[in-house]
Amino acid sequence: MNKLLTLALALSLSASAAPVTLTYWQYDFASKVSTMNDLIKKFEAQNPDIKIKQETFPYDAYNQKVASSVPAGQGPDVVNLFYGWLPQYIDSGYLQPLPEKDFPTRTVESTFVPMIKTSKMNGKYYALPTSVRTLAVFYNKDLFKASGVLTPPRTWEDFIAAGRKIVKGAPPRYTQLGFGIQPDGQDYHMLREVLVRQYGGTPYADGGKKVNYDSPAGIKAMTFYTELMTKYKLGTPNFFPGNNSYRDAFIAGKVGMIIDGSFAATTIEKGAKFNWGVLPLPTFKDNNVRGNFGSYWVNGITKNAKGDKLAASVKFIKFLTSEETQRTWLRSVGEIPASKKLSNDPTLRKDPVYGPFVYALPFASSTLFVDEAGQRKAWVDAINTVLLQGGSPASAVKKAAEDEQKILDGYYK
Amino acid sequence: MPAPGSLKRHQTRTAYTFLLVPLVFFLIVRFVPTLMSLRMSLFDWNILKEQQPFIGLDNYRELANDAKFVTALKNTALYTVIGVPAQIILGLAVALMLSRVTALRGLYRALYFAPYVTPIVAAAWVWQWLFSPQFGPVNTALVWLHLQPQSFLTSPSQALATTAGLVVWQNLGFQIVLFLAGLAAIPRTFYEAAEIDGASGTQSFWSITLPLLNPTIVFSVVTGTISYLQLFTQVVNLNFTDQGGPLGSTMTVALYIYQMAFGRFQMGYASAITVVLFVIILIITVIQLKFLTRRHDL
Repeated sequence: MNKLLTLALALSLSASAAPVTLTYWQYDFASKVSTMNDLIKKFEAQNPDIKIKQETFPYDAYNQKVASSVPAGQGPDVVNLFYGWLPQYIDSGYLQPLPEKDFPTRTVESTFVPMIKTSKMNGKYYALPTSVRTLAVFYNKDLFKASGVLTPPRTWEDFIAAGRKIVKGAPPRYTQLGFGIQPDGQDYHMLREVLVRQYGGTPYADGGKKVNYDSPAGIKAMTFYTELMTKYKLGTPNFFPGNNSYRDAFIAGKVGMIIDGSFAATTIEKGAKFNWGVLPLPTFKDNNVRGNFGSYWVNGITKNAKGDKLAASVKFIKFLTSEETQRTWLRSVGEIPASKKLSNDPTLRKDPVYGPFVYALPFASSTLFVDEAGQRKAWVDAINTVLLQGGSPASAVKKAAEDEQKILDGYYK
Repeated sequence: MPAPGSLKRHQTRTAYTFLLVPLVFFLIVRFVPTLMSLRMSLFDWNILKEQQPFIGLDNYRELANDAKFVTALKNTALYTVIGVPAQIILGLAVALMLSRVTALRGLYRALYFAPYVTPIVAAAWVWQWLFSPQFGPVNTALVWLHLQPQSFLTSPSQALATTAGLVVWQNLGFQIVLFLAGLAAIPRTFYEAAEIDGASGTQSFWSITLPLLNPTIVFSVVTGTISYLQLFTQVVNLNFTDQGGPLGSTMTVALYIYQMAFGRFQMGYASAITVVLFVIILIITVIQLKFLTRRHDL
């Protein structure tokens, strides 16, 4: 009997000692992959019974790759997803909720910055970020100086005044832009989540199911944004060819200001051969309402992880969302921490590059997407009808609202 | 020694056996997926949903009311109408000139063929620079000539033609090779006879060259039309962040299929578009083969 017990004990011990291997997926971005490799080494040292296998895929194909692994019941145990894809992956049953005992909702909400509430579905959190991104203005200090702009803009009025001094050439042949306007860059986010709110509107209602920007605020926002090109002639979209026209042109020193995400900081740092700085998104002089758009990538556990794998996945996600990992991520990838505590860190808030992004965290909102590409297209097309075809902002907003509502209705039917 | 009849039968049997292998392969990789997409088009097949309900012809009904699909169809037709004649006329003209070139013949041919083997993505990138409203050499040339600079790819009214230009330019090398082969196959004696009869160069072109090139032209028209109806890669890479833009002006049916299938994961809807495109290509090809093929017995 005793022997049998020892045997059983030995068996169960050896069973638990056998290492669990987890597969982790994220998209292929050099600094993210190498940072994650280092983090995995660290995690495996702390948890000798867990092995992590990282697999990466090109960004353009990543969502497809994840989606096509769902019906096949294959793919990773822990997966990195854009927050905007969450509704689809949660509805399909691909993600399992993070266990309440390990990630109590109240603790999550007191630890993380407010924008992560977008990823709460059916009252539960299914995934959590390591880092988040907000928008800010990158400006070329040398061009500012050369154009006689003495103080960096704080308000949209200053923004326009500064841009007008910097821009050179006339449409359609500009040689230098005041503002690198680019609807399909980050601009449409800024227009939808920042300008609409600054004009007193709310872009969506009914928990993201209803489009709410077909309103005076929406029209004012669209008018203001498109007038940056049509009336004030600060620049033109697609100034440079390519996928990141506005950013490439900025890096080449041909653009005074662009609106971009914190993730652009490392690229600009590497490429720009001039003095540049970062400013918070402007406000309007008369109301001073602040706003920002926040986005993030989250880590979730798929339905593949069960038993030991589930327990190991929980540990891994705790590790990925820990403050220490967030600090590492900021240093090596340049994305700002998702923790409220770290974003209140005075040294981080004073950082000349990341400070303005961190500053925006408390009032940044995220859009709840059901079809990120389709919803973006609705906006980009609407903006383009004004910029390229001289359409009226009011009818453009109406069209965007109709197109986007159709997508939302198709999803929530 | 077997009778001649049995040898022939034996050869035929061998031919069939060897043809069988590629046929089976062709059936598996071409026909089966085609039939599968025909079936999928009758379902609400979203790969992220657990249920794939049968919905009959609903996808087709929705398609009929889908303004974006109609735009894609219209654009695709425009690409074909611009592209196919342009590349055939240009291809023939260049081939005629090249067939007269004797010095540096290989070099000339290689130069014209180069765009065809250049990766499309790289070519699209260069095209974007060439036609950039701000820095593009094309606009610089226009300004020198005291003409208005144009927006090209960034204008909804010019983007389609500019995109078609890229495709024509890329396909030209292949067209030229086809026509050079076709021209080489025409016996010199025909021209000599025409010359003796006092025919002018133009007359021999219309009476000898063009009719005898008919098989080549039919081949070019049919394969060219199919390739324009399936146009995808150039469009995707010329405007990567707003594919098919600006404002859907360069959108093609194939790109729309891709966006529905792999952007929105609506496989059923995408399959329905695939079936429609398949039928359109089939009908056009049959009509073309019927009306363009003429026998010219030698």
